[in-house]
Amino acid sequence: MTITELLLLCFSAILAENFIFVKFMGVCPFLGVSGRIDTALSMGMAVTFVMTVASAATCSVYNFVLVPFELEYLETIAFIIIIASLVQLIEMFMKKAFPPLYKALGIYLPLITTNCAVLGVALLNVQNEYNMLQSVMYGFFAALGFTFALFVFAGVRQRLELASPPKSFEGVPLSLVAAGLIAMAFSGFQGINLGGSGFFPFSLS
Amino acid sequence: MKRRGISWFAKEGLLGNNPVLVQLLGLCSVLAVSTSMSNAIGMGVAATVVLICSNLLISLLRKFIPEQVRIAAYIVVISGFVTAVQLLIKAYFPAIDKSLGIFIPLIVVNCIVLARAEAFASKNKPAAALLDGLFMGIGYTAALLAVSFIRELFGNGTVFGISVFGGSYPKVLLLTMPAGAFICLACVVAAVRYFTMKGRSKK
Repeated sequence: MTITELLLLCFSAILAENFIFVKFMGVCPFLGVSGRIDTALSMGMAVTFVMTVASAATCSVYNFVLVPFELEYLETIAFIIIIASLVQLIEMFMKKAFPPLYKALGIYLPLITTNCAVLGVALLNVQNEYNMLQSVMYGFFAALGFTFALFVFAGVRQRLELASPPKSFEGVPLSLVAAGLIAMAFSGFQGINLGGSGFFPFSLS
Repeated sequence: MKRRGISWFAKEGLLGNNPVLVQLLGLCSVLAVSTSMSNAIGMGVAATVVLICSNLLISLLRKFIPEQVRIAAYIVVISGFVTAVQLLIKAYFPAIDKSLGIFIPLIVVNCIVLARAEAFASKNKPAAALLDGLFMGIGYTAALLAVSFIRELFGNGTVFGISVFGGSYPKVLLLTMPAGAFICLACVVAAVRYFTMKGRSKK
């Protein structure tokens, strides 16, 4: 794997295949915690950490345990158990080793288990047959894209609080419309030709 | 606990407490698979089967699962059923498996299933939990169908793949793109809110 391919992977993971706006993964926590910029950043950091470690863990379990024993069909169960225990482990470790960081991220950690972006990245790594390095890079940069989306959207939402929409659009529907407008901006990145290495579910022509 | 009939569950799942349009759960899958109505049916049925089975089993096990590890236990039960459903779909409906792709295994982390397990199945008798799972699943499918109907009809000019407006229809490509998914879902949620508010003020 060349450096160019790695760079393309990173670029597409952050922008062209952004997890929230293009792949629709992690929309629930996205709507839940994007109310303020600082909570959005904390959540993003926690997710980035878990997704990177989870990519490495699920990739090694899949290649060294499930494949040799021909248990590939158990991937969903195995991955969710790995992610749940990993989140628990990270929570305990952080509580002991980095109390200030734990205080900042603490309440978001349990939420990450049921964030579909984490399980999604593990399953996508297997589906795309990424090796260890690619899996970790993809996990890390997809999470960065998630954080980026959360950050951008938190800024938009702070402005939305000043708006006065029709009563039935208040709250989540208005946020969804704003998310749709940002998604439109993100779909512009799909027009960039990445040398045919990317997977684009929607053509713009 | 008072006795509740089937109509109560039906009303709760489809309208009053619709998991997607009122509780706003499981939005990821709704946004992703609502590009066509056949996708919506496939996803809705898969999620409903998982909901019924997991609700029933969790309700049967509710006295044996210790309080502290209940979430982990629920996730293991749910992922077991999801894997079973995934294998069945792969074996009998390979086309649906291909178009839904990763979103079938992602039913595991669909908030609706876990929310019903935690909020209803763990506190109620098996029969009630089964009905709750069935109608919450139908409510989810109905919401998916509503969103995908709008997106497929206007975005592609078809219903279940059958052309409605004829060949010269100018397709609203926006609706088939991710941006259209967000905006369309927002409008459906707002419409449901508008009519429930109108209904309440009449009473």
